Amino acid sequence: MSESVAALPKGGRVRAKLDRDDVMMRLWMVVIALYLVVTLAFPLYAMLSKSVSTFRFDLTWFEFQVSDEEGHFNTAPILASALNADLDLYGETDLATGSDGRLPATTFFPEFSFRSPVMYRIRGTVDDATFLVGSTRHQGREWVELDSNTFRRVQLRPAASSGLDNFRTYFATPALSNSITNSLVIATVSTIVTIVLAFAFAYALNRSCARFKGFFRLVAMAPILVPSLLPGIALVYLFGNQGMLKGLLMGESIYGPIGIVIGAVFFTFPHAFLIISTALAISDARLYEAASALRASPWKTFWTVTIPGARYGLISAAFVVFNLVITDFGLPKVIGGQYNVLAVDIYKQVIGQQNFEMGAVVSVVLVIPALLAFAVDRFVQRRQVAQLTARSVPFQPKPDRARDRAWFACCAVIAVFILGILGVCQFAALVKFWPYDLSLSLNNYRFDLMDGGGWASYYNSIKMGLITAAIGTVIIFFGAFLVEKSNGFTTGRNIFQMFAMLPMAIPGMVLGLAYIFFFNDPANPLNVLYGTMAILVICTITHFYTVSHLTAVTALKQMDREFEAVSASLKQPAMKLFSRVTVPVCLPAILDISIYLFVNAMTTVSAVVFLYSPKTSLASIAVLNMDDAGDIAPAAAMGMMIFYTNAAARIIHLALSRGVMKRTQAWRFR
Amino acid sequence: MLRKAPLAVSFAAAALFWTAANAQTELTVYTAFEAEDLKRYADTFNEDHPDITINWVRDSTGIVTAKLLAEKNNPQADVVWGLAATSLLLLKSEGMLEPYAPVGVELLDPKFVDNDDPPAWVGQDAWVASICFNTVEGEANGLTAPESWRDLLDPMYRGHVIMPNPNSSGTGFLDVSSWLQMFGEEEGWAFMDALHENIARYTHSGSKPCKLAAAGEIPIGVSFAFRGAKSKAAGAPLEIIVPSEGVGWDMEAGGIIAGTANLEAAQTLLDWAVTRKAMEMYNVGYAVIAMPGVAKPVEHFPEGLLDAMIDNDFEWAANNRAAILAEWQSRYDGKSEPKS
Amino acid sequence: MTVTLTPDVSLQISGLWKTFGDFVALKDISLEVMDGEFVCFLGPSGCGKTTLLRAIAGLDLQTRGTVIQDGRDVSALPPSQRDFGIVFQSYALFPNLTVHRNIAYGLENQGRTRSEIRARVAELLETMGLPDQSDKYPAQLSGGQQQRVALARAIATSPGLLLLDEPLSALDAKVRVRLRHEIKDLQRRLGVTTIMVTHDQEEALSMADRIVVMNHGVIEQIGSPTAVYRDPVSLFVAGFIGEMNQFDARVVDSGRVRVGQSEFCCRTHDHEAGAAVVAAIRPDEIVPLGTGYRPSPEDVNCEKVTLADMAFLGSFWRCLLHSEDFGREALMADFPTNAVRRLSLEAGQDIHVSLQESGLMAFARDV
Repeated sequence: MSESVAALPKGGRVRAKLDRDDVMMRLWMVVIALYLVVTLAFPLYAMLSKSVSTFRFDLTWFEFQVSDEEGHFNTAPILASALNADLDLYGETDLATGSDGRLPATTFFPEFSFRSPVMYRIRGTVDDATFLVGSTRHQGREWVELDSNTFRRVQLRPAASSGLDNFRTYFATPALSNSITNSLVIATVSTIVTIVLAFAFAYALNRSCARFKGFFRLVAMAPILVPSLLPGIALVYLFGNQGMLKGLLMGESIYGPIGIVIGAVFFTFPHAFLIISTALAISDARLYEAASALRASPWKTFWTVTIPGARYGLISAAFVVFNLVITDFGLPKVIGGQYNVLAVDIYKQVIGQQNFEMGAVVSVVLVIPALLAFAVDRFVQRRQVAQLTARSVPFQPKPDRARDRAWFACCAVIAVFILGILGVCQFAALVKFWPYDLSLSLNNYRFDLMDGGGWASYYNSIKMGLITAAIGTVIIFFGAFLVEKSNGFTTGRNIFQMFAMLPMAIPGMVLGLAYIFFFNDPANPLNVLYGTMAILVICTITHFYTVSHLTAVTALKQMDREFEAVSASLKQPAMKLFSRVTVPVCLPAILDISIYLFVNAMTTVSAVVFLYSPKTSLASIAVLNMDDAGDIAPAAAMGMMIFYTNAAARIIHLALSRGVMKRTQAWRFR
Repeated sequence: MLRKAPLAVSFAAAALFWTAANAQTELTVYTAFEAEDLKRYADTFNEDHPDITINWVRDSTGIVTAKLLAEKNNPQADVVWGLAATSLLLLKSEGMLEPYAPVGVELLDPKFVDNDDPPAWVGQDAWVASICFNTVEGEANGLTAPESWRDLLDPMYRGHVIMPNPNSSGTGFLDVSSWLQMFGEEEGWAFMDALHENIARYTHSGSKPCKLAAAGEIPIGVSFAFRGAKSKAAGAPLEIIVPSEGVGWDMEAGGIIAGTANLEAAQTLLDWAVTRKAMEMYNVGYAVIAMPGVAKPVEHFPEGLLDAMIDNDFEWAANNRAAILAEWQSRYDGKSEPKS
Repeated sequence: MTVTLTPDVSLQISGLWKTFGDFVALKDISLEVMDGEFVCFLGPSGCGKTTLLRAIAGLDLQTRGTVIQDGRDVSALPPSQRDFGIVFQSYALFPNLTVHRNIAYGLENQGRTRSEIRARVAELLETMGLPDQSDKYPAQLSGGQQQRVALARAIATSPGLLLLDEPLSALDAKVRVRLRHEIKDLQRRLGVTTIMVTHDQEEALSMADRIVVMNHGVIEQIGSPTAVYRDPVSLFVAGFIGEMNQFDARVVDSGRVRVGQSEFCCRTHDHEAGAAVVAAIRPDEIVPLGTGYRPSPEDVNCEKVTLADMAFLGSFWRCLLHSEDFGREALMADFPTNAVRRLSLEAGQDIHVSLQESGLMAFARDV
């Protein structure tokens, strides 16, 4: 139907002249894109290069000379590599090691005895060759002469290079690579359980006339307000060896997969519920009318109408839950026992063993399933939107006493589970010394006497949350505005969009570790940020960038596309439109972004666990560390402080939103 | 760095000038001392040296060590004070410590001082492995209190023992390396193979086993004496047992970070850290301290702790650390099913 | 390039192309709009009319070609540096600003004092017949009122060019008709050059001084409403504007075509004898001659038909006519109510009709 483009006359295309606003907006877009590059792409690159930075013993670097029994050095110096070849000691793969690797020099001398009068000399053949005598470090080509008794204390140090050694080691070590299976199993089981429960719950709230729906909705969202490790603490009190309900486990231990799954169901429930609930809410009532007109049984209607209608929601929820569970670190740390999972492995490698390279390797491994889950979710979300635009009559449930009661009971069970977990934590926080002294006291709130940073960490968290909410909202909303509302520059905008989506695919642990590698490099001028509140704020904003960005984009898309055109035709600056119209109209979305950032800043553990410094310890980290040190009751107390703070924040947010609605959104009401 | 940032240099110079003018030196001290002790230690030090301000950077041993190693090329600390000797050995082998013999170091027990002359680090107090035994839960489960490490192998303790994972806890490594030294490598691993059968699970931190024992969660926790004493003081029904074969130990030690801009003040701090007054200060919480003849018994600490301490070869432990951890991991980590 | 313009040309577009990848949305568009003229871009959706408007505004830049406004080459300029006011189909009123502040929006930052702005807004509201609405929010107004506010905002700064993008299509039929007159009236009073995009031919016919009929990215015809209605240059224009009967015919010689067995006088344009063409005639160009009419040999375009069906549409009857010459296809004819009454026409009758010679046109068969 269209003419071929070939008919287009030759000559230059019309190139748009930019006005000051266009230039400014592109400039700002580049600034925010640079922010994302520096806070996301560079650190990830640093981490990737760390994962391929290897250490191996280079035996050509060391040279020995052995004396006779009188101490005369008559024989020629010999390279360690030559000795190794003669003795056939180590193969290529055996020489791969970690940054802390040590190789005793005596292994090259089978006849070695520390009582022997023989003297030894050792030196490097290159300037970088390093070896230890005892714990004293020697470097370079100087000969060091030692008696036999001292020579046994000589340890060779590895040389840095790069390659895939670390990955080889990882997959050759079952203790490490088993975690892949464990993580996948845990994530899969948790996903199935959560989706079934969340679906039932959402179905009851959307499709029945069960009572107290508003209350149930509120309860369902509560787990979002606490760190993911809090249910772990509650489970210790419920099902631990001194647990109140230990008998229910019939001898199974809560420390392990069972505990992780129960806790994961708790903390992922609201996410799944929200997505599925939305999917159910948009389904078309006319399909149900058609089904009942065709006299389909309720069972058949369920499988032919309800499930297909909600399928994108279900798939999306499943992948979101899967991603949350597989990347979560706090919960398996607290309740995982011997059951190793990837996220905890990263922590163990980095904090326990200072093996940064292996930590980076596990991170790379963890990114893969997370990235896949993310990709599937994005794909499905797009489909869902298409379905949403074609929606029509919303479904209105009709009362049915028996069915409504059954659904009420179903909701009640789930609500009791959620409230029970929170209640147990609060109870544990108030008990003086579980299980020996059940009198109530506030002793567990004396955080200053515990590890974890004390009350200061709580105030730090609030401070971090507020700064993150303030700065993050500005950056993210402004970025979304620029990318949505600027003219032309399509390539630039697409790249920006891609960057904005990326953080969601990056697990917090990975981001945090990547930040160490990038920001802790003394050659990096941004090194000054390391150990400050600023880096925590930056990391948290980046970690939670995507969802906030999507919220902003959705709100901006709902605005008339032509506002910018009208404003430009009236020769008004773009920033006037932004401040006078865009921001006021999008204020509800802006408040949503703020509260989202605040709540997550209060509860996040995984990304910041590598980045906090003693002066910037956080409440969520304090929960982790107090639990780690065995101060479980104070950990529960701090966890509940986070809950109350977030609940208060939500209430303030609600009041604020209402107030804002009344004042600036008066136009919404006729 | 210097070439890159002339501005930073001039700032640093200005800062130096300012501090000199005020005759007040700030020392950044990395430490793993107990949080509750920090203020008392700084105050006591300032009684003698009011002109030096200590900026504590405190965290658990593993994290402080990781932090120091990560900052290897750009050290932020002036002094390390109150970090495990194992960690200081690691720092030394990376060439990160400035050797210095504090005034009066000769009064300390030699095993608390680095072998080199001048020593790269000096110890303050010892941190000794012990078994925390919950008497109430022990009775409820029909357990008798173990007296030795080997007692723990008794099948009656199956699932009732908890210990730290050496891969994430310094205390855990201390236990493992001491068993290997006491029993010899072969027997040491055989001992751990058998012990593994009784272990409920391995914790990430060293103090957690004792706290779990105190809470009755697991009746027997392999931990260290200091933690047990604290929990006992808090009212837990604990007995702190020093196994008869001997106990591994580590010390809280200090050293100067090479390249510090405040060398003089750092030396002043290290000099003070080995004084009798400092030793009495450590003795408030720790039963075993570096200066012989000073220590008074500390409440709730078990008897005979000092005598039970083995002749710990820190160098051996440090040099074999990677190999030991890899071996431990392949034997016990990951493949063990949790027991209850 | 040299810019040569007669003084009264307001807008000159030449050689304008717009491509989206391989799709050509506008193909070599050239057009002049005179000062004070009201021009409508008319065409089906997807014909490129809105694309052309947005290119003129600088909102979506053309791929090639120039736009010259008042002697100034604005081809590559951003919207803010061009001189126009615009009203969109959605009105794009700022929802959180009152009517007053919406209209005042473009007046700010222009060196006007507050009282000047207030006076100007009041004047505009008066002009628009909305004197009491100044403190309301857009959502509190009816569609027609919102329309007028949007118009007031667009002309507040007295732009040299007013662009209207389907301004009436969101309104219901009655309001739409009333606003047509109001807008046309306003435009005439202000004398502002206006371009309106519409897909509604009635709107274009009733408002425009000149209509630009577009299809598939090209201009089919430019002309006054009567010209495009009376003398469409192509079958597309003929079919798109007003109703049109179409039937296959063959040119006999200049001015005559054969349909079926009969020959008709016809405007054959420049089709040669023997060419297969489509003959077309509007329903109102078919005049009823009654049941008892006896055609004389001079009645060249007289045709005997069966009055198959009649529908009363107020001022006229829409009738379906069958005849042998026209085959299966029924002819549609609009007979004035008077004529039907006078001739006592009823469905089922055989009657004679005259296909007016001036209204019967021949077009090339396929576009």
